[in-house]
Amino acid sequence: MLNKQTSDLKEKRDARQARPNFSFLRDWVGVIPFFIFAFLFIVLPSVTLLVHAFQDNDGNLTLRNFLGLLEPSILDAYWVTIRISLTTAIGGGLLGFLMAYSITVGKLPNGVRSAILTFSGVASNFAGVPLAFAFIATLGRTGLVTVLLKNLFGLNLYEQGFSLYSFWGLSLTYLFFQFPLMILVITPALDGLKKEWQEAAQNLGASHSLYLRRVALPILMPSILGGMILLFGNSFGAYATAYSLTGGFINLVTIVIGSQIKGDILYNPGLGYALAVGMVVVMSLMMAVYYLLRRRSERWLRQ
Amino acid sequence: MAAAMKRSSFWSWLWIILGTLYFLLPLISTFDFSLRARKGILSFQAYLNVFKDPSFWATIRFSLIIALFTILVSIILVVPTAYWIRLRLPKLRSLVEFISMLPFVVPAIVLVFGLIRVFSGAPFFLTSTYLGTYALLVAAYVVLALPFVFRSIDTGLAAIDVRSLTEAAQSLGAGWGTILFKIIFPNLRVAILSSTFLTLATVIGEYTIASFLVGIKAFGPYMSLIGQNKTYESSSIAIISFLLTWLLMGMIQLFNRGNANAGSLAGGR
Repeated sequence: MLNKQTSDLKEKRDARQARPNFSFLRDWVGVIPFFIFAFLFIVLPSVTLLVHAFQDNDGNLTLRNFLGLLEPSILDAYWVTIRISLTTAIGGGLLGFLMAYSITVGKLPNGVRSAILTFSGVASNFAGVPLAFAFIATLGRTGLVTVLLKNLFGLNLYEQGFSLYSFWGLSLTYLFFQFPLMILVITPALDGLKKEWQEAAQNLGASHSLYLRRVALPILMPSILGGMILLFGNSFGAYATAYSLTGGFINLVTIVIGSQIKGDILYNPGLGYALAVGMVVVMSLMMAVYYLLRRRSERWLRQ
Repeated sequence: MAAAMKRSSFWSWLWIILGTLYFLLPLISTFDFSLRARKGILSFQAYLNVFKDPSFWATIRFSLIIALFTILVSIILVVPTAYWIRLRLPKLRSLVEFISMLPFVVPAIVLVFGLIRVFSGAPFFLTSTYLGTYALLVAAYVVLALPFVFRSIDTGLAAIDVRSLTEAAQSLGAGWGTILFKIIFPNLRVAILSSTFLTLATVIGEYTIASFLVGIKAFGPYMSLIGQNKTYESSSIAIISFLLTWLLMGMIQLFNRGNANAGSLAGGR
């Protein structure tokens, strides 16, 4: 309150010193470079793609580019992308949550906690080309795990229909950066669970599992779902890992956009714009839900 | 009760071990593979081959320089803005926060698509010169880094009393330049350093944007090229790249005193 008053006073004082027309401008000078940059390199590219998405080759208004999204191969690309994103969001979300739960609520030595958090920081940032190489050395045809499974258990993954370069292989690869990210996102929420709540539940006669089901999980649910949405978005927009793993031979939305940029694709050039717009729309919806969930979780878990 | 505790710690250990295996197995496999460049014996031959390749050093150098410019531009762009909205324009805070989160909804592949469409033609023609292309690459990386740079600088500013520092400096006769460079920047050391290392970790091996703008001049596309024609070298380069990430994230922990950092979501996956 006091702060606000003094700042008001100060503003009045400043206003008297400067000429009125320029005081407004002077206040804005500090932030103008930021807005110019944001306009040029975030807004302008996005809006350009949006405008092109509604134009045909001659610049006339059209919706045909979006009709192109209904082609079977494009629908399939969206379907595969969504399936991989869902699988890795749920799988990575669960594993990440269980691990985060183990290092916070589960009583493990302190060293384990800091070791897991450190490795999460590293692994969630280890993606793209080197991650693809690592998984080729692990689960590729001559990968260590593939060979071990064959020699020790007589299990030949590739004869069972597994391939690193298809849906499950890519999902397993994405999981490497997905679950550590979940650990980083969810650990603060778990730290926010108050001991008093558990004690209160116990005093009222609740068992540990009842406490989990009726108190802890409902409080954590928005954070868990929010974390999973972040993971979904994370793999929905992924390109580098998928491209270097499969050489572009997997039908993902990002890969199709990539070949549109290179001009590899002979048909409808407007399709790339529609694909990009579709992608931004999905990501925006995800982020909107994420923020709603985060506001909900902040009601209980003030950090 | 004791039994329940024991059971819960059994499950805790199980999940931790499972996760650790998931983390370690690919690394062990890759390391094992990287040692097999010479038939029949384990050797560091693949690493030597990588280090002997002048393109390795040239691309690392290129990506480092791009990363340094990215950091420089990010800091120059974000610090004064975050400072100013704290001091004078609090009503702009939600707008600036919103803008700094936009890169989350624009995946790298869409961003580079849009940038090429806008800046390769009239009136900018940025991609027709080397310098213009590099500038565009830096701009794209500044966008990618924006969410975590803004958040980390803003958190850093929240920890110091911006208003008192500014007023004290002004009453001693300091101008805006002195305030920014001699007072605000030094007080933001930790925030600036941690965004620097996170930017480095994201930018050095970045593939998506680099491959469309500069191709194999950058380290990410170079790694990809190695992967296409050299089996063992690609494993050793994956290990090198992993150690580099580890080093940079370790630096962040060192300066942040162990605070976990929520990673770079908008990075090049």
